[in-house]
Amino acid sequence: MKKSYILGALTVATLSAGAAAAGTLDDVKARDKLQCGVNTGLVGFASPDANGEWQGFDVAVCRAIAAAVLGDSSKVEFISTTGKTRFTALASGEIDVLARNTTWTFSRDVDLKFEFTGVNYYDGQGFMVPKDLGVSSAKELDGATVCIQTGTTTELNLADFFRANNISYEPVPIETDSEAQQQYLAGACDTYTTDASGLAATRATFDDPGAHVVLPEIVSKEPLGPLVRHGDAEWGDIVRWTLNALIAAEELGVTSANVAELSSGTGNPEINRLLGTEGTLGEMLGLDAEWAKRAIMVSGNYGEIFAKNIGVDTPVGLARGLNAQWTEGGLLYAPPFR
Amino acid sequence: MSTLTDPPKDNFRLSMLFNDTRYRSLTFQAIAAILVALSIFYLGSNLLTNLEEAGLNISFAFFQNPAGYDINQRLVEYSSQSSHGRAALVGALNTLLVAFLACITATIFGVVAGVLRLSKNWLISKLMAVYVEIFRNIPVLIWIIIIFTIMTAVMPAPRAFRGDDATASMLLDMFAFTNRGVYIPMPYFEHGLFASAQGNWLLVIAGLIGSFFGARAINRWAAAKQEATGERPKTLLPLLAVWFVPLIVLMFVLGLAWELPALKGFNFKGGIKVGGPLIALWFALSIYTGAFIAENVRAGIQAVSKGQTEAAAALGLRPSRVMNLVVLPQALRVIIPPLISHYLNITKNSSLAIVVGYADITATLGGITLNQTGRAIECVLLLMAFYLTVSLVTSLVMNFYNASVKLKER
Repeated sequence: MKKSYILGALTVATLSAGAAAAGTLDDVKARDKLQCGVNTGLVGFASPDANGEWQGFDVAVCRAIAAAVLGDSSKVEFISTTGKTRFTALASGEIDVLARNTTWTFSRDVDLKFEFTGVNYYDGQGFMVPKDLGVSSAKELDGATVCIQTGTTTELNLADFFRANNISYEPVPIETDSEAQQQYLAGACDTYTTDASGLAATRATFDDPGAHVVLPEIVSKEPLGPLVRHGDAEWGDIVRWTLNALIAAEELGVTSANVAELSSGTGNPEINRLLGTEGTLGEMLGLDAEWAKRAIMVSGNYGEIFAKNIGVDTPVGLARGLNAQWTEGGLLYAPPFR
Repeated sequence: MSTLTDPPKDNFRLSMLFNDTRYRSLTFQAIAAILVALSIFYLGSNLLTNLEEAGLNISFAFFQNPAGYDINQRLVEYSSQSSHGRAALVGALNTLLVAFLACITATIFGVVAGVLRLSKNWLISKLMAVYVEIFRNIPVLIWIIIIFTIMTAVMPAPRAFRGDDATASMLLDMFAFTNRGVYIPMPYFEHGLFASAQGNWLLVIAGLIGSFFGARAINRWAAAKQEATGERPKTLLPLLAVWFVPLIVLMFVLGLAWELPALKGFNFKGGIKVGGPLIALWFALSIYTGAFIAENVRAGIQAVSKGQTEAAAALGLRPSRVMNLVVLPQALRVIIPPLISHYLNITKNSSLAIVVGYADITATLGGITLNQTGRAIECVLLLMAFYLTVSLVTSLVMNFYNASVKLKER
């Protein structure tokens, strides 16, 4: 009798799910490209220019990080994210760092498991109205229709502000800034609310910016800054200290014009430590000695980046205000490079 | 001596699982089922492991927390202090509302366009062909945006109604068409029998249901009389009476009055507001899906044998009666099954609502709630469960209807 046993070797592959996350720094180096999440298009903060090159205040942070880590500020892939997609993109590893005027809040930091690496813009939520509406204070907006970008902290602040002042409103949730502008300009809503910096940026793109005013009330605190995933402290440190290097450079008077000259050695030990001619700060970060020098060389220090993208001489026209150095009455205060 | 041999014993051997046709198909089915189960298990454990690694867990506790955001169209009571669960409910009702409205109007557009496309009038049939081809060949998302943009650009803002030099005015002082929505008068009762408005409306609905059964009884009586005597009694007057007399009496007793919309502050107040986003989404979904339904209707009508039409015409029926009494009832058998999937498409396409700021369930639960709580997996699972349930229920109801109109085989 012929017996034929067919033995199927069922190998149940118990694949260990998601190989323990290698350091983001190693990933970025291996890829030789930094993946940076930015806004879909907000003039002054992150938007492609006429040549398709991304420009802006948040973009400059990404480029500085790329220069510090990879030695080349052009090795950045900009991935545009909406208010809704940004956190998923970061949590899933699609981007290495999110620099998209994102407000640092408790729940985002703690519950969503992200790590905010600092603040690059201190902002607050404001309201913009057409001048001929005759409104001079946000408290007069009882019964108004309000355009808001959905998936942002502004949505919650708005509800809180109107409830606290016991007035009513009707929200019109909009997905992106450009759609919101269109609705606002068509008169489908009486007022548009978002971060005051965003309002200024939006107003700058109007045909007649003078016909619109930003109301004096700032209804919330919106510290905006770059963030990374929780649990990779090395990578978090790199992003945090690159931002701090830009801020410290302004305080120490290091600019894109004199950074090359200063990096041959100065009498100021803090500048020397920052630019890598003294001490081993770069090594501690897992980078080389000149990381901060390269970051500053891309588009200058914090003050230069601010002036070039959103300062008073640009169409966006924002004053430094809270974002001045602490020595000049602002909130910018980089911890010592030591 | 009898030689009795036992029948050959059915010795089951393992090899028979593959070599014996009786077992082979079962074997392969079992293997396939095990593989499917294993891959689902793998995906699930992968998810759980990754979540654990990221320090996250699956929990629906956030449903109890206050949502913190406002919603512009609410069919049930809701404020920013309500829970996320309540916000999801508001969104779900908004989805069902727009899907229901769009299914009805899409069917009307579709049937009219489908019938007219077969018209002998060259101009009408070509116009309908153009409608069908334009609307079904451009994505519905684009139609939603086009219609909403045109609406907000063409209609006047509420501000235009104000002052002596107002550039816009209300229709009959009752209807206001603005780029934020259409305001219409709202009926209410001045001296209702119940304290709550709902109670009074339930009374009216009960009255209408009573009228419906009354009308049915009259029709039955007329039919019975026709069977018996061959002559159908005139029922128009009694029917009108049974529909309208109770309604009018009820309205008089309850004291029907109308609340008119009026410009107050930034917006119109009073009356019923039909929001611009709802109108745009509703219209876009109806006219888009209507184009598909038109093709189904045309196919259904053409599937009815020409002999039927000719036979009906030979009996002396007018063309409209041929269509209504002979062709359409038979065409329904072909039309209904694809119609079900169009209804499901409307429900699913309504999830594009957020582009016009309509707060459907994708915008509330799958949008703002997901974003504010960061509970992506929980929210998306719930969304899937919602759309799946709605679609299955729609299919079920429509399949019952299909069973009632399909060819009865005896």
